[in-house]
Amino acid sequence: MSTFASISRLAIGAAILIGVTGCGPQEPASTGGPATIRRLSEAQYRNTIADIFGPQIVVSGRFDSIEREEGLLAVGASQAAVTAVGFERYHALARAVAAQVIAPVNRGTLVPCTPAATDGADDSCAKIFFSRAGRLLYRRALRDTELAALVGVAHAGAESRADFYNGLSYGLQALLESPDFLFMRDATVANGSRLSPFSKATRLSLLLWNSTPDDDLLKAAEDGSLDTKAGLKAAVDRMMASPHFNRGMRAFFTDMLTFDDFATLEKDAALYPAFSLAAANDAREQTLRTLIDFLITQNGDYRDLFTTRATHITRSLGMVYRIPVAIPGGWSRYEFPEGDNHVGIQSHLSFVALHSHPGKSSPTLRGKAVREVLLCQKVPAPPGTVNFDQFNDPESPAKTARERLAVHAVDAACAGCHKLTDPVGLALENFDTAGQSRTEENGVKIDTRGEIDGIPFSNGTELGKALHDNPATAACIINRFASYGLGRTVTSGEKPWVAYLEKTFTSNGYRFTDLVRRIALSEAFYAVSAPAKTSTKSAGAAHYEGKS
Amino acid sequence: MSFLLKRPATRRRALKGMFRGGAIGMALPLLDVFLNDNGTALAGGAPIPTRFGNWFWGMGHTPGHAIGPDTSKIDFLEECKALIPYTKHINYFGRFNAPLDGRTNITHQSGWVSLKTGAPPPKYGDIPAPTFDVLISDVVGGATRFRALDVACTGNPKDTFSARGTYSRNPPEVSPLALYTRLFGPDFVDPNSANFKPDPELLLQHSVLSVVEDQRKQFANEIGAADRARLDEYTTSIRQLENQISLQLEKPTPADACRVAKAPGEGPIGAELPIVQANHRLMTQMLIMALACNQTRVFNMAFNDALSCLRRPGNAYTHHILTHEEPNHKTLGYQVEAFWFNCRVMEALAEFIDAFAAVREGDGYLLDNTLIVAHSEVSNAKLHQVDNIPVMTIGTAGKRIKTGKHISGNGDPVTRIGLTAMQLMGVPIETWGTGSLQTSKIVSEILV
Repeated sequence: MSTFASISRLAIGAAILIGVTGCGPQEPASTGGPATIRRLSEAQYRNTIADIFGPQIVVSGRFDSIEREEGLLAVGASQAAVTAVGFERYHALARAVAAQVIAPVNRGTLVPCTPAATDGADDSCAKIFFSRAGRLLYRRALRDTELAALVGVAHAGAESRADFYNGLSYGLQALLESPDFLFMRDATVANGSRLSPFSKATRLSLLLWNSTPDDDLLKAAEDGSLDTKAGLKAAVDRMMASPHFNRGMRAFFTDMLTFDDFATLEKDAALYPAFSLAAANDAREQTLRTLIDFLITQNGDYRDLFTTRATHITRSLGMVYRIPVAIPGGWSRYEFPEGDNHVGIQSHLSFVALHSHPGKSSPTLRGKAVREVLLCQKVPAPPGTVNFDQFNDPESPAKTARERLAVHAVDAACAGCHKLTDPVGLALENFDTAGQSRTEENGVKIDTRGEIDGIPFSNGTELGKALHDNPATAACIINRFASYGLGRTVTSGEKPWVAYLEKTFTSNGYRFTDLVRRIALSEAFYAVSAPAKTSTKSAGAAHYEGKS
Repeated sequence: MSFLLKRPATRRRALKGMFRGGAIGMALPLLDVFLNDNGTALAGGAPIPTRFGNWFWGMGHTPGHAIGPDTSKIDFLEECKALIPYTKHINYFGRFNAPLDGRTNITHQSGWVSLKTGAPPPKYGDIPAPTFDVLISDVVGGATRFRALDVACTGNPKDTFSARGTYSRNPPEVSPLALYTRLFGPDFVDPNSANFKPDPELLLQHSVLSVVEDQRKQFANEIGAADRARLDEYTTSIRQLENQISLQLEKPTPADACRVAKAPGEGPIGAELPIVQANHRLMTQMLIMALACNQTRVFNMAFNDALSCLRRPGNAYTHHILTHEEPNHKTLGYQVEAFWFNCRVMEALAEFIDAFAAVREGDGYLLDNTLIVAHSEVSNAKLHQVDNIPVMTIGTAGKRIKTGKHISGNGDPVTRIGLTAMQLMGVPIETWGTGSLQTSKIVSEILV
């Protein structure tokens, strides 16, 4: 059901799943952080179109990529520009979406008025359409001048084409190509110290739904209730009870776990015939299903994700994991048996395959991913002057990755970083690059011993336990989720707030839904500090001197 | 009122007042600059434009096996054997350096970023300034439907070496079918068609962009100066699309060499070498037709990526991994498998040159009216060396440069080559780069 077709018939008053208790530590004051302007991501664009006009509207095309910053595309979106090619694509997308919205099959439900005649302009009906669609697309009410411009272009189009609905499509196109739609600007109030109600609604909607605010949320912004504690709580409760909430959380984990890299994931088909495109798609879905089921549906302890044997599988995945799956073409719950190496999401195909080479595993890439993705630690980039002579020794007897990587230990330039990554990644060497279990490499038994942050382990299962117990694991999810919601990294003035989140996360049993709710209800989440003074001169402009 | 044009119109006339009598403001692009001024022309009388492009490959050369040390000639060795027939079209540049001024050598990135932007990246992922192809397209790209075309043959849309900055990378086309559709799909106007009739829909599309432009101005008024600078590219992008539409309203200049190939099928994309080679051939043909049909004058073609993920089916090691982990051959003394990949890359470059050399244009060939700068990101991939990165220029840029020369930079900054290319293409710039990469000295040895 589209938001626009029925103006939000979402289940208001649905049962509240989990409540943040009224007792416990109080939220500290926060100085906030700078206002941002985020470019709409591909997923947000698609969700917005589906939510406003319905899932029958096909969004087919490519988008400019966003650079990952501090582990998140959501942070990079605050720096992303629109290239000429990107705008050309937005233009094509807008034409295609607008054409579908005004198509005979959709206009009856998506255009909320009937024109006086269909073979010409009707400014009154056009105005109704644009004020309703524009409010949802711009995430605020349209100004009179904006409406007039849209009605004007629709009028001209309708006269030219002798078709009212065709005329509408030109105005809708303009809405979909406008910066007010493509960029989400943090507007502020109270001398720039907090977000305006509309920007607050947008931040909340992106956090929980990864989409535009719906009609009810915009109404709460318009009538001021979103700025009250009770109003905000009602909005958060409603949104977390909505089916869109799972979609929003999937979007966060997709970003955090770098699942955008699945778009270019390749495994050698000759070496790994079980790794099909279907298996790759299902691998991504397996982990997301496990996360949502475990964290949202079951309200589990976040840390247990690294020790759980419970997951969801398909027949395609069964071929990779070498387990029989009776149900063709569908998902079923599955629990890996005791003694199996598949323990925790770090053992999922989505993790071990994504952080490997196309033709072989990589303890270094896997160790780096554990550090950076799951623990939010930074692994320095490799030095530019590495001596590979020992690696290149044709007489080397090395048979396993561990033996090959041992070379790094004798070169100080390498050892500093490889001691951070390799002992962690070697624990996952029981999985080849395509995620299949193995016990030997080149006829030699694989040794999965290692250590992380001083905790020794003997295999991947024990690595999962070490991740479960590592304080950085919980700190990481808090930091990432806060940054994801803010669209930027946490500032020093927000550190007391993050410390408060860590404390309450711990005391509430590491329940992710509690963390989500607490962030969404925090005053700090909507606080804004004065922007830092920055040069208005672009790096490029200052870079070269012209003759004229 | 009818939107059908009643007479051939200039861009300005076509737009002025044709939409409900309202003024549609647009800056006309710099037209007809850098057309061939050597007296050659198309059959229709129009001068032939000079085109510019980059051809990128990752992993450099196998030291000592690509080119001989004698700089009195280009002495291609076994790795570059495929280029020997094309030596007369090439200048080879050796011993040009990329001094990083104490900055970390960010592996497989510092080299190409320094070469293309004139500044070493401060950290991983940074592109501190526009790449010089962008500066060239800013000058010559406005006269064509596409300011530039970016193509990557590995199937990965992140494999781009053209950007205005870190957060503004030009996304490449990675699928031959998508490239074909973009170039020669419904919006293509055949310059040699006898029946030109502008589509009235174009004027309506232009009016949509006028509304968007007004919205942009309002939006810009509500944000700070730093964010406005970020919005600049969005502004430029609107104008580029307006320009694209305006050009489609004009009867295009006939282009003798323009022959539109038939659409490719939906083929595989990916980093397996046979797939990359096949897609490179297909997209090269489309690219040269885009140039010949005057759809663009600037291009970027990436054969592989800077961390070359090329691989042979059934082999566990990628090109990049081989450069680090493959032992040197006991008797040959180099990495045989990595060398094999390098040879295939040079064969692809030879095919690329051959395709340009095969298209007749005016009294010569498309290659004569093109300047291609082919380059890698390292010299010796095994050691990530950014000094002596191999660079070649190919073509004569409208008979304005000599070819067949092996130029030694004697340790000069590699930016001399980019500066030369920019000046040749009309960018008004006399000094380029920062720190030790800054230069005002072009490579005058190759100028006619």
